[in-house]
Amino acid sequence: MSDTNRRFEKVALPHLSAAYNLARWLTRNDHDAEDMVQEAYLRAFKFFDSFRGDDGRAWLLAIVRNTCYTWLKQNRIQELHDSFDEEAHAEADSGSDPQTFMLQNADKKLLDRALEALPLEFREILIMRELEDLSYKEIATVAGIPLGTVMSRLARARNMLRASLERNMQEK
Amino acid sequence: MNCDESRNLIHGYLDREIDLVRAMEIEKHLEGCAACKGIYSRETAMRSAIRERASYYVAPKYLEARIRAALPKPRKKATVFGQPSLNLLGFAASMAFAVVITWGVAMQLNTATANDRLADEILSAHVRSLMANHLVDVDSSDKHTVKPWFNGKLDFSPEVFDLAAQDFPLIGGRLDYINGRPVAALVYRHRKHFINFFHWPDESQEKNFVRTKTKQGYNLVYWANSGMGYCWVVSDLQENELMQFVKLLQQQQRAAVS
Repeated sequence: MSDTNRRFEKVALPHLSAAYNLARWLTRNDHDAEDMVQEAYLRAFKFFDSFRGDDGRAWLLAIVRNTCYTWLKQNRIQELHDSFDEEAHAEADSGSDPQTFMLQNADKKLLDRALEALPLEFREILIMRELEDLSYKEIATVAGIPLGTVMSRLARARNMLRASLERNMQEK
Repeated sequence: MNCDESRNLIHGYLDREIDLVRAMEIEKHLEGCAACKGIYSRETAMRSAIRERASYYVAPKYLEARIRAALPKPRKKATVFGQPSLNLLGFAASMAFAVVITWGVAMQLNTATANDRLADEILSAHVRSLMANHLVDVDSSDKHTVKPWFNGKLDFSPEVFDLAAQDFPLIGGRLDYINGRPVAALVYRHRKHFINFFHWPDESQEKNFVRTKTKQGYNLVYWANSGMGYCWVVSDLQENELMQFVKLLQQQQRAAVS
């Protein structure tokens, strides 16, 4: 094995689960997620020269995200334009005990369904923040957005998710 | 700090992404404001719900093996053709001319249709080279590295030209299979665009023409020179820039033949 292969495997393979989790949430199916991750690793290897060695996980996740977006653009273009009617879910932003109670009782199935229903850019930011525990700076790198946008987008994503959960729980 | 300021920063506070001074101001505000405290509790519950109960998808075990297997192997094992099974290196060069004649005869059919089919093949090879992580087999901008790499892999010795000074740097070379035969593919770059330059000996072609084609948004230019065989370039570059590249190549080819 060459030095490059060895170095690459050392930098990139430890983040396989993070890569898969992000791809799985973006594509919403196992098979496509596997293909996306493999494709992303091949791309990452190709561009390994451009990796400057500071944050392997953010570097790799940015490539996974790009690979998924390219694929979605080619195969599921409508998902890139899915919108979520925030106006309809707008409400006075006051914490209430019922909301907190609802969140404490939302089960796995409800949470997964509500997350999957979020438009991509809001879904991915919650996955990166809560499931991968990325910092705002890392999120900005992976999603290619200004650092100043991260907090406001997260706030919107959390509001949307809560609205979606409330609706689903009422339907139940 | 008032409620508006506190609510603007509450997510940053929750995520521990704001500075200590402001974090302390929020804490102070939360102690005295039940409404903001309620929002904070709600956001904490949201955070726990996702972290503790949303699915975290773990990569299947076989995926790592699949990726390791798909990664390009170190160069010396990289080519499909590898070392020739018989030591034909010397023989290959002398065979080149005979092969050329044979192909020439076989190809004297409807050349318009043949060129169209060829353009499809060339375009597919170009797109494949960009998609399948197999742009080059020999990754070098040095023509003295790229040219000898083809030794023993082709039945002719391709000319490799360095056009870096004209802003068309050489990226490397690759074996490809076009028109039913192995051919030399040289890859050049112009800004962010890749150009594949294919050539192989073909004495059946009329000489000294240059033609262009456009297919699926790609530009193709092909020509035949005596001594240089049949040449095709393909790229997503604009036609005038691609023609500039072709002219530079032709100058070099003429210089090499004369």
